[in-house]
Amino acid sequence: MSNLNPETGPFFPRDRSWQPKAYTPDYKTSVVRSPQKALISFPNTISEITGPVFGHNILGELDHDLICNFAKPGESALGERIIVHGRVLDERGRGVPGALIEVWQANAGGRYRHKNEGYIAPLDPNFGGCGRTITNEDGAYEFRTVKPGPYPWPNGVNDWRPAHIHFSLFGAGFAQRLITQMYFEGDPLIPLCPIVNAISDARAIEQLIAPLDMANTIPMDARAYKFDIVLRGRRSGPFENKLEGN
Amino acid sequence: MVQSLNRLKESASQTAGPYVHIGCTPNFLGMAGVYPDDLGHAMVNDKTSGERITVTGCVFDGTGTPLKDALIEIWQADANGLYNSPSELRGSADPNFTGWGRQPTDLETGVFSFQTIKPGRVPFGDGRDQAPHISFWIVARGINLGLNTRMYFGDEEAANQEDPILARLEHKVRVPTLIAERQGDTYTFDIHLQGERETIFFDI
Repeated sequence: MSNLNPETGPFFPRDRSWQPKAYTPDYKTSVVRSPQKALISFPNTISEITGPVFGHNILGELDHDLICNFAKPGESALGERIIVHGRVLDERGRGVPGALIEVWQANAGGRYRHKNEGYIAPLDPNFGGCGRTITNEDGAYEFRTVKPGPYPWPNGVNDWRPAHIHFSLFGAGFAQRLITQMYFEGDPLIPLCPIVNAISDARAIEQLIAPLDMANTIPMDARAYKFDIVLRGRRSGPFENKLEGN
Repeated sequence: MVQSLNRLKESASQTAGPYVHIGCTPNFLGMAGVYPDDLGHAMVNDKTSGERITVTGCVFDGTGTPLKDALIEIWQADANGLYNSPSELRGSADPNFTGWGRQPTDLETGVFSFQTIKPGRVPFGDGRDQAPHISFWIVARGINLGLNTRMYFGDEEAANQEDPILARLEHKVRVPTLIAERQGDTYTFDIHLQGERETIFFDI
């Protein structure tokens, strides 16, 4: 891959019927934070096709290990030990190498380490809740963490978020920037969640639910969940519209 | 029946939520010791070419209240109009300028601020010059899919007049929502998610 010239084709238009709408009143905060006028479309320019890239030199040894990256020496985070692994692909099915992935999550009790968080579940002194990694040449990545707990949130009187891990992704272009959430197979809170249900297509929701992956489970240590993420694809081939000067 | 296109669907977005700082700016939150610095905190260094500027503002919701839990990323060309990206094939960008910045809005005031340089002009697809601009991406609790917009410069009137994207906007009355006014070295770019002054957001 590294010997190929970087691609400069425009990205496929985003399928906005597949993506959640901005105004989703069951998720109350969206009501005053959703633009009401039509988005303006224009063809990708070099400003959208380019994007920042990050080298492996930014990564610390434990950045992808949330069990240990905030823990005191010799200690580790409390909770169900899990591996989360998968690939970052584009809509053409090609692996996206060199993609920066940043994750954040609640601890095993459903509590976030954040100034604005007030849930009664306790903090874990050995768990920070953030991690990051960069995909390899096949687009593959792996984290080690504890399974986050579900937690209540102020929306309806009794709304609970399903257990989830937040994912932030960079591709090759700024137009591919994406934040999403990974859910866990079998969680009965998924279909009840107004944030999940901001997505109207059931297949798009299923794409965010990671299955248990027994084949990659580490015996006597950690269960594995597989989570692939798809970023926008781009036009390729000899007839692509070349940017001026290319 | 016909062949399948064998395409995948882009993963659906979900809100960044109120705790986006844990993952993206942990040092800002006071969570020290995991990462040495917050990524995107510094765009420039002592050797960066170009005119030093500050870009600041607030993101307002439909009631006029500033968002105190938003995260903003910007992406821009260097002073010569080149992007610091492998997909930039027109030349080598300033190695002392990242072109990419990330800042949270202040937890108390909602103000964001970037220390950067004024970008040069870059071409549109047909070769015409675009006016100098900075691409913005805004995520927050209550925003289901990140919002894309652009900031243009109030003191670049001639370039703005001939910008291919500003020119295609039907409702000229909305153009000022994309233009930051200059005072000294500071450009103020307020973003309005709704209302009469709703910022133009783009489907890029």
